[in-house]
Amino acid sequence: MQIRVQSAPFDYGTECAVFCADRQDVGAVVTFCGIVRDDGGDLQHMEIEHYPGMTERALTKIAQQAQDRWELLDCMIIHRFGPLEPGERIMMVATASAHRADAFAAADFLMDYLKSRAPFWKKENRPEGSGWVAAKDSDEAALSRW
Amino acid sequence: MKLEILYFAWVRERIGQPRETIETDAPTVAALVKELSAREERYALAFSDLSALRVAVDQELTDYDATLSDAREIAFFPPMTGG
Repeated sequence: MQIRVQSAPFDYGTECAVFCADRQDVGAVVTFCGIVRDDGGDLQHMEIEHYPGMTERALTKIAQQAQDRWELLDCMIIHRFGPLEPGERIMMVATASAHRADAFAAADFLMDYLKSRAPFWKKENRPEGSGWVAAKDSDEAALSRW
Repeated sequence: MKLEILYFAWVRERIGQPRETIETDAPTVAALVKELSAREERYALAFSDLSALRVAVDQELTDYDATLSDAREIAFFPPMTGG
């Protein structure tokens, strides 16, 4: 299991390529990447704040839950903080298993829990001002799937 | 007891500081919120709608009924928006 919380960019292609690359028992890898989206066409940058210490604990707990629940051979979470430009990669998860069902389900689970149980907050900066991104009820409701 | 209080996102902005150390005898999170709200307007404003806030005691998400015995670090923040 690998958990990384960092301000520096990461190379999604490289991370996907090296994840579990040295293992012969892995039959399926699922990866997901979250990107800074500019809905209105005027987003200058997004500022991601987090709670150092609790963030790592929360992500480790979520990853452990995924490992307890599915037959995972490995899993990884990278999440950035600080200022990000539209189009930049915010975070990624990767899961590996022998067969695809476990890797898909675990990646889906990781994303649902990361959305509303990992202490990150997003602030959008636009020419007319800045504002915090509000949590969606649908994100909280998604947890009941599990 | 001495407690480290942390604020994040708009709670931090509304209170005007990211953290502070306070001396309190509050037995629960709810009692601590009441004590802080009585201090100054900016706290009362930040804590005016508790349903819009989340709380963590020693870096574990909890609720307002949580006791503060042995607690060291309390954090208040809006619902999280990771991913």
